[in-house]
Amino acid sequence: MLQRYSVHLTLALSGGLLVYLADQEYLSLYTMSVLMFMGVNVILSASLNLVNGYMGEFSCGHAGFMCVGAYVSSLLGVWLFAKDKVFGAALLNPEYALYAFPFVILAGGVAAALAGLLVAVPSYKTRGDYLAIITIAANYIIISAIENIGAIGGSRGFMGMKRLVNSMEDIIELPWMPIWVFIFTVFSIWLIRRYVSSTFGKGVSAICQDEVAAEIMSVNTNKMKTITFMLSSGLAGIAGGLFAYILGYVNPGSFNIMKSTEVLVMVYLGGMGSLTGSVLSAILFTFMLEGFRFIIPLANDFAHQVHLIPDGYDISPVWRWVLIPLLLIVLMQFRPEGIMGNRELGDIFPRLKKFYRFK
Amino acid sequence: MAQTQVETDNAPVLEIRGLTQRFGGLTAVNDFNVKLMPGELSGLIGPNGAGKTTVFNLVSGFYQPSEGQILIDGVPTAGLKPHKVTALGVARTFQNIRLWNDMTVLDNIRVAQHYRLGYGLFHAVARSKHYQEREQEIAQEAAELLEVFDLQRFANEFPKNLPYGTQRKLEIARALSSHPKLLLLDEPAAGLNSADIKELIRLVRWIHGKFDVTIWMIEHHMDVMMELCTQIKVIDFGQTIAEGDPDKVRNDPAVMTAYLGDDVI
Repeated sequence: MLQRYSVHLTLALSGGLLVYLADQEYLSLYTMSVLMFMGVNVILSASLNLVNGYMGEFSCGHAGFMCVGAYVSSLLGVWLFAKDKVFGAALLNPEYALYAFPFVILAGGVAAALAGLLVAVPSYKTRGDYLAIITIAANYIIISAIENIGAIGGSRGFMGMKRLVNSMEDIIELPWMPIWVFIFTVFSIWLIRRYVSSTFGKGVSAICQDEVAAEIMSVNTNKMKTITFMLSSGLAGIAGGLFAYILGYVNPGSFNIMKSTEVLVMVYLGGMGSLTGSVLSAILFTFMLEGFRFIIPLANDFAHQVHLIPDGYDISPVWRWVLIPLLLIVLMQFRPEGIMGNRELGDIFPRLKKFYRFK
Repeated sequence: MAQTQVETDNAPVLEIRGLTQRFGGLTAVNDFNVKLMPGELSGLIGPNGAGKTTVFNLVSGFYQPSEGQILIDGVPTAGLKPHKVTALGVARTFQNIRLWNDMTVLDNIRVAQHYRLGYGLFHAVARSKHYQEREQEIAQEAAELLEVFDLQRFANEFPKNLPYGTQRKLEIARALSSHPKLLLLDEPAAGLNSADIKELIRLVRWIHGKFDVTIWMIEHHMDVMMELCTQIKVIDFGQTIAEGDPDKVRNDPAVMTAYLGDDVI
């Protein structure tokens, strides 16, 4: 009984707590947005882990699919439910925005999954480094295409999503964005977990470990690759859609190769082929990124006090982009398998299995 | 097409007609013909580089032949991807063992049923009733197979941690998990010591009796071939140079020449 429902219970309690804290404004807007970006990052790293960890390919264009999802769900949402200078008046009554919102996000996911074909089809014949180059190309194609469509803002970006968020809150007075981010994060993890733990999905691991043997032992490798790439990019699209609505603004520049690299770092930090690792590392990574914002100025003050650095010079928080990659080098040197290796929580603490069942 | 009509009693499990495979200027297999009847246990031998593994790669659909036809139970395999050929009833093992080393022994056996899982992404994610029933059957069948192969105590081990002989055995078990009519064994005795080889001979004979499967094997250990096979085909430079029962093949001058050179005789 406890084993069966403990995960549901934990999720419901933590979700409820989160909503309560947000609703009562115990948490500042800044804290809330960091928490929401954590959710987005969890989806991103878990979905990339599907390709890089479980299937053993090296995709470094994940942000491209995120971009497709972000734009499609933003455009769709604004077109349907908000007055905008690009689309004119709202097509539907904004009162329905709340109920349509998950479908808007899912539509972005579907579009991103279709964009995933850009990588899935070449993967039939190409592997390894060559496929990695194709994924980078796909990332560039998507960004450049959007930059060149002037009607949706081009490289200046697109906005208006805040209106949709506001009209959701007008309908029922709740902090809707944290709720949706929480729901979609849980949904993504649940989806991936069920996929990779079925005998069907283990065909993906078989491809990773020996593609020839997989094909000879009746695994339809092309089909499995297509499904996996589309699932992975589709979930990235969902993350992108949420990202766009949290910020209220998107521009193609935020989905460049830097963003893809960030997601890669999270996957390798957590451990290839470990969902627990992906979740933990996404949380840790977001935390570090934000934490350095405070730590660096403190360190700066301290260094000035002990006269370690000259008065005219300040350490800027941008140095975190030196520190985090440095951490990555240290990690790869001393623990190349990441935080979790390819194990899950239950493999590390077998006793915990008595208390939960996650399927 | 008359040739694809299956006569249930006396149709060959595998029929190869005029099979030729060229890699650039090299003819690896030249006008190769064979007919394997249900229940046969026959062998394919030849010196290194004679084209034996190429024949197996052609039969399992890994290469598309330059010329000729391969029929599995009367069905031509031209243009089929390897997984489709496997679904027709061909399973094989590899010269160098190719197990999935980071998957448990049980999962190795389970995934080999991939073409007949009977459910897809939707059922897997929804964990539907159909999915649960099928997964139970799959797990049950895998467990039974491990038990008849006496591998059940390794069910949750990783193949890379098993002794070499056991890995060979597991690879054969995995091949049988796909319910083949034709089992291709590519040098199953390679790398085994003499005790393991005796065990392998017993294993192959036992599988042949128990699983209602036609076996075709490549092997360099002549004692294995002489003991197991009723029919042996000898190829050299892609061409058939002799065929018949083990005794006939052993004394064939062309075979001696192929293995030992001209001047020995």
